[in-house]
Amino acid sequence: MMTYLYAFLIGGGICVIGQILMDATKLTAPRVLVILVTAGALLQAFHLYEPLVNLAQTGARVPLPGFGYSLAKGAMEGAKENLLEAVTGGIKAAAGGITVAIGWGYLIALVFNPKSVR
Amino acid sequence: MKQDKRNHAGAPDDPKMKKEIAKAYENYSSQFTPKPRYFMNAARAFMSGGSICAASLWLEECFIGWGFSDKTAAVCVVMILIMAAQLLTGLGLFDSIAKFAGAGVVVPITGFANSMVAPAIEYKKEGIVLGVGAKLFSLAGPVLVCGITSSMVIGIVYWIMGLF
Repeated sequence: MMTYLYAFLIGGGICVIGQILMDATKLTAPRVLVILVTAGALLQAFHLYEPLVNLAQTGARVPLPGFGYSLAKGAMEGAKENLLEAVTGGIKAAAGGITVAIGWGYLIALVFNPKSVR
Repeated sequence: MKQDKRNHAGAPDDPKMKKEIAKAYENYSSQFTPKPRYFMNAARAFMSGGSICAASLWLEECFIGWGFSDKTAAVCVVMILIMAAQLLTGLGLFDSIAKFAGAGVVVPITGFANSMVAPAIEYKKEGIVLGVGAKLFSLAGPVLVCGITSSMVIGIVYWIMGLF
């Protein structure tokens, strides 16, 4: 039950950081997303994101820094094997999400037509 | 298209003057742009973002309960979130949610999924290859490029560190 609380708090906290970045600076949403992904990857490179994941589980893995985390973690695990694994490990670890996002996203974009905001 | 050209014809050629005009306009327009309500926006983002994370934790535990391994369950949850967000984008509902929740739905992986489909649908007129296919990455591309580049650099650095 505590994990749910931590998932809520940490996940919400990361979203608040993103919201403040968007409100307080003139950064547009894509820039904020880039910053968050890179931050997640860099934090994991110094083994700082792993404790957050252990504590909050999806709370740290679902927000975008979690995407950077899984990329970096895959690369770090691959680096133990050989150079090829070190280069490919990142995408390998995040392959599921990326593939679904591209494939399903393409289908959705083909099926639906543009709509005005309600 | 024709109107654009007419507008540019009246603009001053001197780049210094252009900059000054742009600056003056920025000051002028800032009088009218509403100040963001930091606290309300942050509270909304916190509540909605936290709920998405807690809900995905519940979903993950369901998957584990159905006999999936931890790793598979985590991937399945991410896939479901992406598919749901993209479907909502296609139906035109995601923008209404994002208007209320702000970063609460943009920062989780749902925002990444939305940023792929939204421009792709808008540019459908330009064809299914150069329109939909290319615009799928107009916003998500930078995220993928920066994430994958940093993962490559991290991987190589760790590999070199492992040699010594």
